[in-house]
Amino acid sequence: MAVKVIIPTPLRAYAGKQESVEVQAGTVAEALTALTGKFGDLKKHLFSDDGRLRSFVNVYVNDEDIRYLQKDQTKLREGDTISIVPSIAGGATN
Amino acid sequence: MSQAPLKVRDEMARRIRAHGVETYPHECCGALLGRDGDGTREVIDLLPLANRRDDSPRNRFEVTPDDVRLAEKTAREKRLELIGWYHSHPDAPARPSEFDRDHAWPWYSYIIVSVQKGEPKDMTSWRLHDDRAAYDPEQIETVAHPASI
Repeated sequence: MAVKVIIPTPLRAYAGKQESVEVQAGTVAEALTALTGKFGDLKKHLFSDDGRLRSFVNVYVNDEDIRYLQKDQTKLREGDTISIVPSIAGGATN
Repeated sequence: MSQAPLKVRDEMARRIRAHGVETYPHECCGALLGRDGDGTREVIDLLPLANRRDDSPRNRFEVTPDDVRLAEKTAREKRLELIGWYHSHPDAPARPSEFDRDHAWPWYSYIIVSVQKGEPKDMTSWRLHDDRAAYDPEQIETVAHPASI
């Protein structure tokens, strides 16, 4: 089914400068796979080398954090909106 | 890779340093609001935020997704963009750590202010490479308010 993925500002340059991208997917995992299939340069910013979603990448389905749903196996319905929202972290080494 | 300097209004530079002093010996953090376009980028306003890393605030900071959304909303209301983030390094140099790089996003400007024994020192800005391998230093150009870009 068709769902919309909202691309955060820092990643738009890797997604054809688009604010949102429509993909066909039944789950969040499928949607992210479809998204990175269309825009390969997004992959390294969303996923770590072991293929897991980076810890500072947060995914919401219609404003619900997928960590409180079924994570990347959260099922999608026609017209759902997926938002990729950054969290920001860092700090001095010692 | 060369890029245009990051313009920072002098009042904003002063406020970033003051925030670092205020939270010392803990790290401060906040959002950079401004404009980006035509090869120039300017910090026009700030949104100071709480450091959510309660367990290790002396050498870590965290901005939650809710705070990121608040920063985006605040920027929109001010007709500005969320163009980056600032944080302090208490008793450490104003250079990004490996931890900083590992957690960074591309495109954003990351300002770091060093606060040594409670006194603000160097302030630098950095942008992540496209391949995430390293940061590029971004020269800070302090400008008097108001300035046009």
